[in-house]
Amino acid sequence: MAKRIDVSGLSAYYGSTRAIEDISMTIEPRSVTAFIGPSGCGKSTFLRTLNRMHEVIPGARVEGKVMLDDENLYGANVDPVAVRRSVGMVFQRPNPFPTMSIYDNVVAGLKLAGVKKKSVLDGVVEKSLQGANLWNEVKDRLNKPGAGLSGGQQQRLCIARAIAVEPEVLLMDEPCSALDPISTLAIEDLIGELKSQFTIVIVTHNMQQAARVSDRTAFFNLAGVGQPGKLIELDDTQRIFSNPSVQATEDYISGRFG
Amino acid sequence: MTAIDTVAAAPQLSRRLTAARLPRWAPAAITVGSIAVGCAVGAVAGLESHLQWGLISALVFLVASYTASATVEGRRQAKDRFATSLVWVAFICAVVPLVSLTFYTVQQGLGAISPEFLSHSMKGVVGTLSPDGGIYHAIIGTIEQVLLATLIAAPIGLLTAVYLVEYGRGRLAKAVTFFVDVMTGIPSVVAGLFILSLWNILLGFEYSGFSGSLALAILMMPVVVRSTEEMLKLVPNELREASYALGVPRWKTILRIVLPTAIGGITTGVMLAVARITGETAPVMMLVFGADFINSDPFNGPQQSLPLYIWQQYSQVNNEFGYSRAWGAALVLIAFVMGLNLIARGIARWRSPKGGR
Repeated sequence: MAKRIDVSGLSAYYGSTRAIEDISMTIEPRSVTAFIGPSGCGKSTFLRTLNRMHEVIPGARVEGKVMLDDENLYGANVDPVAVRRSVGMVFQRPNPFPTMSIYDNVVAGLKLAGVKKKSVLDGVVEKSLQGANLWNEVKDRLNKPGAGLSGGQQQRLCIARAIAVEPEVLLMDEPCSALDPISTLAIEDLIGELKSQFTIVIVTHNMQQAARVSDRTAFFNLAGVGQPGKLIELDDTQRIFSNPSVQATEDYISGRFG
Repeated sequence: MTAIDTVAAAPQLSRRLTAARLPRWAPAAITVGSIAVGCAVGAVAGLESHLQWGLISALVFLVASYTASATVEGRRQAKDRFATSLVWVAFICAVVPLVSLTFYTVQQGLGAISPEFLSHSMKGVVGTLSPDGGIYHAIIGTIEQVLLATLIAAPIGLLTAVYLVEYGRGRLAKAVTFFVDVMTGIPSVVAGLFILSLWNILLGFEYSGFSGSLALAILMMPVVVRSTEEMLKLVPNELREASYALGVPRWKTILRIVLPTAIGGITTGVMLAVARITGETAPVMMLVFGADFINSDPFNGPQQSLPLYIWQQYSQVNNEFGYSRAWGAALVLIAFVMGLNLIARGIARWRSPKGGR
């Protein structure tokens, strides 16, 4: 569990448009790495290239290498489905499966992969929901529809669903942007706990959040509208927020951007 | 120019927040009044058709509600009331034929329906001379033919829609969409002729319920494709992505996430398509042929079906006994279709995603 990601020379395209250009970075295992940057700078696109979700969109393609420990995710004969089993993802808007109960939502990944044994599933449900700090709130209504929970609970349900398949890496695409401050706090606490087991990458627009939850922060920027996004710098969060080495980073985090 | 100047310069807009309103009973009063006027004008002018009475009332209603509102409340409110009145009149115009059709069919058909009517065929009954006989053979035939047609058309239509929404890209998908659209417009007679020439003449099969089902399936398929396509498009992409992100392959995502989410709408669509083909007469006439006796084997020999039975009783028996039986069968047909619709709604409600706490 928890693997290192090594990206080198990665560019992503939507059709003929280049969305991100020549990104190289290392993401350390058992740590939280935050991506910050203005809208349209390609943070989410880059995140999605890390579990090959990028290519779900028609016409999207990727050049470059993403090494998960010693395996290239974009190597020949790599099955994207297998990649996504080891690199899980939580989305911006909570998206529990509307036809399924809370229980079924949590074990959806396992059930659809063919695990049927009730005792195994029961254990996973309790473990994952406890891991997502949701167990106490829902343990009496596991058979109720997942869509009936509040937004924050739904997002934690989605996190439980993502960690139930025991991925090595957990990608989070602005997981708190649709949530109120209290639910956000719950998710942030959870991220702090999860990093002991997983490699976590989180995209956020909230710089305080990046400062609170992450160990390392990457700043992305784009030269102008229509230009591809680039990685400006990646460093320890503390350094990025106190003494960044690039002027653009300082401008952005201090609000002097533009 | 300062802000205060701008406000002062605005042309004499009324700044009052209250305005004269018609009393709450006014629309009802205008309705009653205009119906009275319509009836009075109709009676005085000696108009035969009650439809004309109704149209006069509607016209009076529209004019009266506009003028009343314009004099009391002002032009803007009057336009609002006029639009509301127009919507109501349009609604009534749409509902009147529907209600009167149902009412008339029930009125005419109820007398014909009896346990004997529902449980006997026309075998050995001289239709022109006695009121005996029934529609049992027609009910059996309709159910079997529609069931077979659904078994053929629903899976093909469903899979086509899945292809179009989930996989279809480029020229093939465009071609399929185009031909589905063309198929939607195929007249039922043509579908019947096609099966007649292909199945019965070229391949040499005899008349049977099944060959009727083939034609009905052709008519049903595009409807199923269209409605299923719309329902699948409604499934949010986020759910597909959530499933992919769990490492679920695409086919399993479609089968276990997308289809269950849309199943309520899909079932409704299929049921509506079933309701549509249940009333088809032309292809059945050509291919099923119409039998007087009970034939519960749809693969061998002529069968009967409700629409065809109605047509035969009306045009071939063509006397009071025939008319009565035709109305009875029509009522059963309507009840059958309505029952299917209710079932579809029930399934849609039962299976649709729930948000309850």
